Amino acid sequence: MTSTTHPETTISAVPDLPIVEIVREFDAPPEQVFRAHVDRDLFTQWIGPRDIDMRVEQWDARTGGSYRYVHGRGDEEYGFYGSFHEVRPNERIVQTFGFDGWPDAVSLEILTLEDLGSGRTRLRGQSIVESIEARDAMLASGMESGVVQGYEKLDDLLAG
Amino acid sequence: MAADQLSRVFSALADPTRRDMVARLAVDDATVNQLAAPYDVSLQAVSKHLKVLEAAGLVSRSREAQRRPVHLEAQVFDLMTKWIERYRRQAEERYKRLDAVLAAMTEDGTETTQAGTTKRGTTQSSSSEGAAS
Repeated sequence: MTSTTHPETTISAVPDLPIVEIVREFDAPPEQVFRAHVDRDLFTQWIGPRDIDMRVEQWDARTGGSYRYVHGRGDEEYGFYGSFHEVRPNERIVQTFGFDGWPDAVSLEILTLEDLGSGRTRLRGQSIVESIEARDAMLASGMESGVVQGYEKLDDLLAG
Repeated sequence: MAADQLSRVFSALADPTRRDMVARLAVDDATVNQLAAPYDVSLQAVSKHLKVLEAAGLVSRSREAQRRPVHLEAQVFDLMTKWIERYRRQAEERYKRLDAVLAAMTEDGTETTQAGTTKRGTTQSSSSEGAAS
């Protein structure tokens, strides 16, 4: 319907399913979007907010591999880890996602890349968690990113 | 507290009949009888559903005599929308950063990593807290 050149991220949470779905399109072919997800250096460049130190402690983005990285801000550190269940080049990445601070709350992340032609890709990310409560907590974690909104403005300034 | 309310709202809306009732109340207030009309269930069952919606703060019932129309509390949806919007913004920001990375890849053609950029977390102004790296 409303078609902008850079459609923004859409999020959907079906009330009765413990799933959050994210859809976003990119001005790059699937090969590149895929590579930005599996190449350690490229991934490091975008996954965390600018003000955060990103330390990758383990990175093996292949089927059966695993990962672990730590975000640091001041004295605080947040570790994230998981396994790569399937890494299918340019099409699909299935992985688990865990947070040191809440080890019981694992989510299954299913990422699919759809080739839209003309060098564009539609990314669809599904996060599946154990319970509706865990899903709500995941959505609620967005609360903490209020801080991050400030950086959006900074990004705009730097880009402008 | 807001987290609890969000959970109650989501679980109240987990039921398709209750979602349907909410959709109808979005159009206009209605009495229990009016709400029950399209369903093949007892008035008691409809009242039960309404109690769940009421507990979640999604609907309210006025005290005016017998009719007691049910009213949708639209601001609760605003709360949900806000939470989801924050989450969305967080994702959008992440993907804007990915846009930039992808754009850099395109410019470079084959080999991508802008070698110097890996340590981009170290900005001039961020040294106040001491280096955690």
